[in-house]
Amino acid sequence: MSASVLYDAPGPKAVVRNRIYAVVGSLAIVALIVVSILRLADKGHLAPEMWDIFNYAGIRQNIADAVLATLKAFGLAAVGSLVLGVLLAVGRLSDHKPIRWVATTFIELFRSLPLLITIYAIWVGFLTDHSMWALAAGLSVYNGCVQAEVLRAGINSVPTGQSEAAYALGMSKTQVMTTVLMPQAIRSMLPTIISQLVVTLKDTSLGFIILYPELLQTARLIASNTQVNGQYPYVSTIVVIGTIYIAMCLLLSALATWIEKRGRRAKTGIKVAPGVQTADIPTAEDIPGPREGGAGGAGPTDGGAAGAAVTKD
Amino acid sequence: MNVLLDNFPAFRDGFIGTVSITAVSSLIALVLGVVVAGFRVSPVPPLRYFGTAWVTLMRNTPLTLLFLIFFFVVPEILFPGMSPFVLGSLALGFYTSSFVCEAVRSGINTVPLGQAEAARSIGMTFAQTLQIVVLPQATRTVIPPLSSIFIALTKNSAIAGAFSNAELFGWQKLMSDKGYDIVPVFIWVAIGYLIITFTISGLFRLLERRMEVAR
Repeated sequence: MSASVLYDAPGPKAVVRNRIYAVVGSLAIVALIVVSILRLADKGHLAPEMWDIFNYAGIRQNIADAVLATLKAFGLAAVGSLVLGVLLAVGRLSDHKPIRWVATTFIELFRSLPLLITIYAIWVGFLTDHSMWALAAGLSVYNGCVQAEVLRAGINSVPTGQSEAAYALGMSKTQVMTTVLMPQAIRSMLPTIISQLVVTLKDTSLGFIILYPELLQTARLIASNTQVNGQYPYVSTIVVIGTIYIAMCLLLSALATWIEKRGRRAKTGIKVAPGVQTADIPTAEDIPGPREGGAGGAGPTDGGAAGAAVTKD
Repeated sequence: MNVLLDNFPAFRDGFIGTVSITAVSSLIALVLGVVVAGFRVSPVPPLRYFGTAWVTLMRNTPLTLLFLIFFFVVPEILFPGMSPFVLGSLALGFYTSSFVCEAVRSGINTVPLGQAEAARSIGMTFAQTLQIVVLPQATRTVIPPLSSIFIALTKNSAIAGAFSNAELFGWQKLMSDKGYDIVPVFIWVAIGYLIITFTISGLFRLLERRMEVAR
């Protein structure tokens, strides 16, 4: 149901009323922003000196190092989670009971624990001096479970005829998985996989808590080590570094959307699933697979995913 | 074993802290999420833009950054000395509201087209269509995703523990600072979280069964 089904085409009266709502609503939002800015300016947070600190080469170098540190942890975690995801997905679909059992237990255990608890335990317990590796390991474990479920949903959505045909040609189980099922699963799930990478990038911010010098930790250090006009420049550093962080996440999100649109244009192959950034680790059954998503009349099962964005505006 | 028995009052306080911050922020997220979802489907363009901007921004902001904003910027705007509990639940509630909004919106999308058309054809306004016809029917499909959103909220509440809130992650940090072995501490905290998340999913399953209607 598109939004316009919910209301009639506005007549003259409704047009006037909608305009009034529009003006009132915009005024309220603008007023909120203006009041916030005025209050901040009152306390001297918008003074030019507060923002002048970003002209110092040292602070710029700090920020550049922090971006690099965040990207390093993200890169490690992305590779780790994808490798672990493939292993766990294959393990969970294995014909051997013990392997299936181990993979399922691993996924079910770590998806139900807060990521922060895992990262902190790894940091304190095993990698106290290597906060980057602790962060990357924690992120890989948690997001690996998600990627595994995403891939499993993808593999399950490949039509059974594909693997039957491959077996009929005499391919081995490994060949069927690596040459027939996986490529199609990855193609159809690429937007979802990238959306999950956005979550991984966002979660590198947890390095803040284990004192890994990534963006937010650097923001805190800069703000608490500099004093301008007798105040710590928390507001300006958070604004600058927050903008960098959000911009990085938005870029990666945009990539997911672009691949999804591109996939929907293609006429061959199985459909590409919508790239949904989920709030929680979904089970494979919850992920809107290519089979149900995308089609015109969305059935009641479509709402199964956490925070599912139905991309029909 | 000793870690828990020796520090049981602190553990209990942490458990209660996690439950209360989860409860308060899920209430904020629910109310805000439904309102923003209403904005996103409304006939007034600026409200639609606001809703879209809200969801895009909140979903692409790391929760820790949101916590930093709420602890260092918001008190300067409102008034200094707000309690970490209030700030923490606001940050969590705002973050989760974007996920609730998307769940509600996709729930609205699953209500059959004829329902809204019928509502319009008997002369209902947008607000009436949404309140009387569409949202009550969307509730049923929204409940399963809401369950996993609230479970995620419970898990995210651990970050509030790092911002001087008394809850389970705070207890884990305290115990490891006191020099206890991390493995038993980790196990007890994990059990604490599992109790809460299982309760939430159980409650939602109950709710789902009660609202089940043959279509």
